[in-house]
Amino acid sequence: MTEKVKVRIDGEVIAATPGQTILEVARANNKYIPALCYMEGLSAVGACRLCMVEVSGVARLLPACTTPVQEGLAVVTSSPQLQSHRKIALELLFAERNHVCAVCVSSGHCELQALAQDHGVTHVRYPYNYPRLTVDTTHPRYVLDHNRCVLCSRCVRTCAEIEGAHVWDIAGRGIHSRLVSELQRPWGEATTCTSCGKCVQACPTGAMAEKGWGVEEMTKQPAVLSRLTSMREGQ
Amino acid sequence: MDKRKIGTCWLDGCSGCHMSLLDMDEGIVALLEKADIVFGPLVDAQEWPEGVDVAVIEGAVSSQDDLKLAQTARARSHVVVALGDCAVTGNVPSMRNGIPSRKLLERIYVEGATERPGVPTDGVPALLKRVEPLQAAIKVDVHVPGCPPKPNSILFVLSELLEGREPDLGSKLRFG
Ligand code: SF4
Ligand code: SF4
Ligand code: SF4
Ligand code: FES
Repeated sequence: MTEKVKVRIDGEVIAATPGQTILEVARANNKYIPALCYMEGLSAVGACRLCMVEVSGVARLLPACTTPVQEGLAVVTSSPQLQSHRKIALELLFAERNHVCAVCVSSGHCELQALAQDHGVTHVRYPYNYPRLTVDTTHPRYVLDHNRCVLCSRCVRTCAEIEGAHVWDIAGRGIHSRLVSELQRPWGEATTCTSCGKCVQACPTGAMAEKGWGVEEMTKQPAVLSRLTSMREGQ
Repeated sequence: MDKRKIGTCWLDGCSGCHMSLLDMDEGIVALLEKADIVFGPLVDAQEWPEGVDVAVIEGAVSSQDDLKLAQTARARSHVVVALGDCAVTGNVPSMRNGIPSRKLLERIYVEGATERPGVPTDGVPALLKRVEPLQAAIKVDVHVPGCPPKPNSILFVLSELLEGREPDLGSKLRFG
C-alpha cells in the first residue's frame, strides 16, 4: 500500500494519497472548492481558474485541480482574495461571449450560472465583448451554441478519453479560441462522431444541448460519465 | 417622517419587471405606506422629478431616449436600482449587437415588410449602435437580476433601501 502524506486543508489535517490533486483530496473530505473545467473521470487541464487556492509558502495562487499534494502542504480554500479572484474569473466568462439566460435551454441547471449565483455575482463589471458567433445545428440530435461555450474542454476530453472518438478540439488562441469538430467540419458531417451524446452530458453550460428542449428544460448527468470511468478503472 | 419617493422607468425591456413589481400582493401596500411612486409607467407624471430616493430602472439602454431618461433618472435620484436581466446584462435586447442597426432595421422594415416598406424615422428615437446594460451608461448602485426578478426579491430590495440599508440578495440572487 502506498504511504500516505499529511496535508492541511483549511486547518484540518488530512491523510492523502500521493498523486492525488488538492481538489481530489478536498472533495473526498467534503471541502468545497469551486470548479468548472474539472470533471471527475477526465484528465485535469486547469482551464477555468475557478479552483484557485492559497498554498502556504507559495506567493501565487495555484489551481487545485492540477496541483498534486505533497507532505506538509497547507491549503486555504476560501479567503477574501480568493473570493474576489473567483468573481473576476466568472465575470470575465460572461463578458467574453453572449449569455442570455432568459432564453437558454440550461437556465436553472447550468454550472456557470449556479457558480455566479453562489459567488454573489450580481452583475459584470467589465465591458461585454458581444462577439458574433454561430450555432451549429447540423447534427441530427444535438446542437452547439458557441455563444454559451466557456471553452472548458470537458466535451473535448469526454469524447477523446471516454468515448474514444476525439471529435472535438479547441482551435485558435486567446479570445479567438473556438471549439471545433473534426478540423472545422460541421458537427453533422463529422465522420468520427458516434452520436453517443456524451459530450452534451459533460458540457456544464447550455453550449451543448439535445435538440427539442425549450428554455430551462435541458438537464444533464455528467456524474454518469464519471461513473463510467471509475467502473472501467475498477475492472 | 416624510414619505419617500420611488421613480420607475422602462427602457428596452418587455415590461415583465414592472409586472413582477406589481405582483407582490399585499407587499405593495406595505411599500406604499413608506413611499410614493412619483414617476413611471404606473403613474401620470410627465417628467422625472427632482429628489427621488430610489430609481428603479427596467430594460437595457438601446436608444437615444433610453439614454436620456437613464441619465435624468440618475441625476435626480439618490439610489439607482437596475431591475432585471435586461438592465443588468443587456439580455435579449443585446442579441442585436452583432448586427449593424441599419441592416437590422432594413431587414425588418424593408425586406420583411409586406406593405409600405421603409425604415421609420418620425416619432421614434434613434437606435444606439449597441445595446448596453444600464451600468455601461450610468452609475448603478444596486443590481437585481432575474427575468423577471421574483416579486419578493423586488420587495426585499426596496424595503431594505427605504430603511437605509444596502440590500444583499444572497440566496435570492438569480439570473434568467
Ligand atoms: S449557458 Fe448558463 S450562463 Fe450561459 S446563458 Fe445558458 S444558463 Fe445562462
Ligand atoms: S456525440 Fe459522442 S462521439 Fe459525437 S462528438 Fe459527442 S462525445 Fe464525441
Ligand atoms: S461546448 Fe460545453 S463542454 Fe465543450 S468547451 Fe464549450 S462549454 Fe465546455
Ligand atoms: S477546475 Fe481547476 S482550473 Fe478549472
